[in-house]
Amino acid sequence: MSTDSRFDGPGPDDVWRDALRQERFLIQRCRNCERHRFPPALVCAACGGSDLVWVEASGRGVVYASTVVREREGSYNVALIDLAEGARLMSRVDGLAPEAVRIGMSVTARIETAPEPILLFHATDGGVL
Amino acid sequence: MSSSLRGRAAIAGVGNTKRWNAPGRTPFDQLQEAVVLALEDCGLGLKDVDGLFCAISSSGLPVLNVAERLGLKVRHADGTMVGGASFLFHLQSAVAALENGLCDVALICYGSNQLSAGGRLVSMPDPQPYETPYRARYPISSYAFAAARHMYEYGTTRENLADVALAARAWANLNPDAFARGPLAREEILASRMVSDPLTRADCCLVTDGGAALVITRADRAKDLKSQPIYVLGTGVAVSHRQIAAMPDLTTTAAVESGRRAYAMAGVKPTDIDHVMVYDAFTITTLLFLEDLGFCAKGDGGAFVSSGATAPGGGLPVNTNGGGLSCNHPGMYGLFTVIEAVEQLRGRCGERQVEGAELALAHANGGVLSSQATAILGTATTL
Repeated sequence: MSTDSRFDGPGPDDVWRDALRQERFLIQRCRNCERHRFPPALVCAACGGSDLVWVEASGRGVVYASTVVREREGSYNVALIDLAEGARLMSRVDGLAPEAVRIGMSVTARIETAPEPILLFHATDGGVL
Repeated sequence: MSSSLRGRAAIAGVGNTKRWNAPGRTPFDQLQEAVVLALEDCGLGLKDVDGLFCAISSSGLPVLNVAERLGLKVRHADGTMVGGASFLFHLQSAVAALENGLCDVALICYGSNQLSAGGRLVSMPDPQPYETPYRARYPISSYAFAAARHMYEYGTTRENLADVALAARAWANLNPDAFARGPLAREEILASRMVSDPLTRADCCLVTDGGAALVITRADRAKDLKSQPIYVLGTGVAVSHRQIAAMPDLTTTAAVESGRRAYAMAGVKPTDIDHVMVYDAFTITTLLFLEDLGFCAKGDGGAFVSSGATAPGGGLPVNTNGGGLSCNHPGMYGLFTVIEAVEQLRGRCGERQVEGAELALAHANGGVLSSQATAILGTATTL
């Protein structure tokens, strides 16, 4: 079996999920170009480098786009969040009406552990833009 | 700058089952019927086909399933699956394969029974663990994000989106083969049920059955076949992401790149194009592709469509079959953009015929604005 310190150990999806279970929000940073990426992968999509390190995300972000999914059982928010570090991810902004989530709103991450670990966001200043 | 592939291959035959609601038929039944029609259109037979290009929503091994059913002995095959744009990726691949002698008669084909089998979009299993927990509706929520961004950045309105659907319906009303025909009012669209803000049910394409096929040969052979050949002047493809969160800019698609490549190969520019087909999976996609392919400036798509420019009687005929919004949308619609372009260039379109159409652009989208493919087609006068 081959060894290569960049790739040995559990894969990046596993590492991320394990951290989430421990209520930690990790993202990857490229040692070559210093950019951050999400979701996890083995290479940097920006520069093609293969030396990524895990760092704690600041948890600060801004809503890039938002939608309200309308189901018979009720409506809920789904949003794309631009993290302060530069990566973008899909999540939900809760704690306010789904229609009240606006593009440009500052949001902060939190992790809920039950029933399954999930990364969510809430409005940083209670929803003020 | 023109590439050496310009005009080297031609669409010799097209097949379109026009069976938009056909209970009792499998996707492979629809596909096989379309193949027979396409071969009859050009006067070739199944024994002539030696290159197979196909993708199908319900099968992970489409090349094997199709080759077996049709009894094909293929020398070259390509089952690239990038969603609804797959068939225009196949077209580029077929042109290259023909030019290099890997095959002599290329068949691109598709079939679906999405309406009669349940009326919902069927997608190949492709789990997205970083999206699934948030229960975005696939694929509409991804397009809703793009629409929301377009509204935020450029002031596009729901009325602009409604006008895309209205133009599509106006064209469909001139096409006896369109699935959704009849009067449609802007108010009706605006009052339609919201599904994923800001997109309503009326912003979504149809769900239908259907089958389509193309037969492609080298140009020198096509001119001696039964029907008028339509030349492939340019092709371009690009991919930008799988998950919507990984799309770099939600208001600018990779159609910019696929279009640039196709225009460069064909040696033409947007103002030269007589007839345009862009994949309208949702109303917002028509705006994005008209902008990204250079038919109007970035951000002006809403005003452009609301001016009536793309509707019957306007200066730029777009989606003249009625599009995915009003003609048909059997899961992956891309091949139908090419079929309508060929029909227009051959002058077979009756009431909706674009007078004097010599140069057409067909553009297809796949995934969630993920894959983009552009083809520029022309009659013999454009060679």
